[in-house]
Amino acid sequence: MQIGLVIGDLSATQKHVSHEGKTMLLVQPLGLDGSALGNPVVAVDGVKAGVGDRVLLVYDGFAAFTAAGLKQAPLDTAVIGVIDRVELFSAAPAGVSEALAPAGGVTAPKQQHKQKTP
Amino acid sequence: MQLGRVVGRIWSSVKNPGLEAQRLLLVQPVKPDLSASGKIVICTDCTGAGTDEVVYWVRGREASVPFQPGEVPTDATIVGIVDELHVDANAVGKAERGRTSVS
Repeated sequence: MQIGLVIGDLSATQKHVSHEGKTMLLVQPLGLDGSALGNPVVAVDGVKAGVGDRVLLVYDGFAAFTAAGLKQAPLDTAVIGVIDRVELFSAAPAGVSEALAPAGGVTAPKQQHKQKTP
Repeated sequence: MQLGRVVGRIWSSVKNPGLEAQRLLLVQPVKPDLSASGKIVICTDCTGAGTDEVVYWVRGREASVPFQPGEVPTDATIVGIVDELHVDANAVGKAERGRTSVS
């Protein structure tokens, strides 16, 4: 699974019959710091996500067609959740916290958590 | 699934019997702005896609699902011909900003 950002959608007339009535979203996979990771992918929508939502992406066929409510279908990527919040328990790598605000990325861990010593 | 553009075709006479009557198309993966990105892949097709069309294709085990109950040994299949792409510029900018601020 991976974090992604819905950046758009696509429409197709000629397609596999199992894709009828399904929404195909364009999703940009993201790193923990909110940066783009690779090319956007086409994913079937399993949760009624919208453009601008941060979502949970799966790259497995079985997970994808199950999320789309199908027994078997030629699908390999699906949106299976909308992410409300991400929290890192360990110290964020340098640069991550600065990247959080503009990208709407991860919540940085609280100071007292990472400074805890026995 | 990924976006791609059909850029060619492959003919083969000696092949696995499962691939008989299958069209093998060359697909160049593209980004949402339709610029090429990545290596060209050979795809079977279940949509009747033609040269220069923008398509979306599935890879892996599920690529052979459209041909069931036939047994087609394929790992990439075109499953849709794209009519329209809607890309939200604001949402793209959000991801882009994240990238620039880290480097």
